[in-house]
Amino acid sequence: MTLAPDMATRAASPGKLTDLFQLGLDAPICLTWELTYACNLSCVHCLSSSGRRDPRELTTEECKAVIDTLERMQVFYVNIGGGEPTVRPDFWELVDYATAHHVGVKFSTNGVRLDAAAAARLAASDYVDVQISLDGATREVNDAVRGPGSFDTAMRAMGHLRAAGFRGFKLSVVMTRQNIPQIDAFKAIADEFGAQLRLTRLRPSGRGADVWDELHPLPEQQRELYDWLVAHGEEVLTGDSFFHLSAFGGALPGLNLCGAGRVVCLIDPVGDVYACPFAIHENFLAGNVRAPGGFAGVWKTSSLFADLRKPDTGGACKSCGFYDSCRGGCMAAKFFTGLPLDGPDPECVQGYGEAALASVSASPGLPVPRPSVDHSHRTGPRAAGGPVPVSIAPRRPSASPGTKPVHDCDESPLAGFEATSPGAAAGCH
Amino acid sequence: MTEVPTTGSETETEALTSDELLVEEVSIDGMCGVY
Amino acid sequence: MSTRTDATFDLDRAWQVDPRVSMRPEPFGALLYHFGTRRLSFLKNQTVLAVVRSLADHPTARAACLASGVAEAEVPVYARALAALADSKMITERMSHDSRT
Repeated sequence: MTLAPDMATRAASPGKLTDLFQLGLDAPICLTWELTYACNLSCVHCLSSSGRRDPRELTTEECKAVIDTLERMQVFYVNIGGGEPTVRPDFWELVDYATAHHVGVKFSTNGVRLDAAAAARLAASDYVDVQISLDGATREVNDAVRGPGSFDTAMRAMGHLRAAGFRGFKLSVVMTRQNIPQIDAFKAIADEFGAQLRLTRLRPSGRGADVWDELHPLPEQQRELYDWLVAHGEEVLTGDSFFHLSAFGGALPGLNLCGAGRVVCLIDPVGDVYACPFAIHENFLAGNVRAPGGFAGVWKTSSLFADLRKPDTGGACKSCGFYDSCRGGCMAAKFFTGLPLDGPDPECVQGYGEAALASVSASPGLPVPRPSVDHSHRTGPRAAGGPVPVSIAPRRPSASPGTKPVHDCDESPLAGFEATSPGAAAGCH
Repeated sequence: MTEVPTTGSETETEALTSDELLVEEVSIDGMCGVY
Repeated sequence: MSTRTDATFDLDRAWQVDPRVSMRPEPFGALLYHFGTRRLSFLKNQTVLAVVRSLADHPTARAACLASGVAEAEVPVYARALAALADSKMITERMSHDSRT
């Protein structure tokens, strides 16, 4: 293949890993694949606004075609999520197909279908890993976010994994104002079950937009979190989601790099390809796997991805001494709080984000972007004693005037119609 | 002990010893944008 | 920075890429992913990729280096690279019954 001039230079001499990754690779290293928007839960911060299956979700055969493409591209692994991926009847069939085709699988689950048999199956495979979601070290804190019964479901699933001898599965926590005080308790739970703790950042994405103000960490909590992560080093995973905290001091383990559209991306349940799972919005929509070029075509030719792969000039953050390690933070966090993408992260630890947010709310202008895709349950469980989940909410206006989001009961028979392969459209859920 | 790529102040070191760093390594969990 | 000792890497033994490693050539060199450890290694030039790919075809790592065009003076640099890969279990010593035809 012909190399672009800067790639040719880099091919000749060793360069920084981060520079090479920022310019994008010919194939993702790994990616998130949301298999379904269906979910048994209604977590208040759900980044994919999941709950109800979309009638246009990829069929089993279409999913296998995606896996074939990933194999050809040598994508190393997929993180399968959703919604709750295990509620798809073909979940195990697809996991087996992926591993048989040299694509590793890690899947995120709330544990609802992770019984003893499933645990035994997982323990037997080197190529499948599992990530259990939990957002409180106690039932009270967890269920306030994830709904009644969810703590017990997660514990039960972890018990099965431990009993099956599956060591090193992941316990994945989204850090919030409410659970940062429980950080040591999370480590203890992970240790108790022989799991590896994974802490990730809350982003104002999906339903997260509605609870971000009340749940995102306070400045002093960010410092506490950073110090804790530094103390625990590579023992604890972060999905590299805290590189904005690197501006507190030394860089955290990881690439400290936004991989969106460069080395990773999202494939959603209807085959839409987004830059990352935290940016499910038409501004970050690169294409659809059902298009003639398939996923490979989207990855290689999307103009959105080409833009993301241009060298980063730093914008308004260029003069900050910490830019090199924080890289201006998270694109999705900026976007969904109405901040410009070439400026500070809303949680900039130097305080530049707060100033930027203040000027956004002070000046009239476009409303803060809202998710363009919403599969939330229309009614949901009310968590006992905690914040009310937002599943009972008015329909959000579309971010783009003139286009209506597709609704299951849309009157137009052509609602959501797109030229797809025969048999792709299923009936209403 | 495995090499973890670093940024900022260690780039000068890297430039001096770049001939030694023919291999770099990172945890696969170490790039943002994946669950 | 690394704390491994280069002296521990034996160039004069037979090596191979671990079967759980997936190697993906890139314009700059290659990416290696180990399905067991879930580590990702990044080879920074085509020569080190050629060395790693050919390890199983040669009786020693040193022979693989020389056959891939590494000059004698550069061998220590490549030994350090191989040491890093051995350290992270991307490459392992080859037992005599593993030798390829």
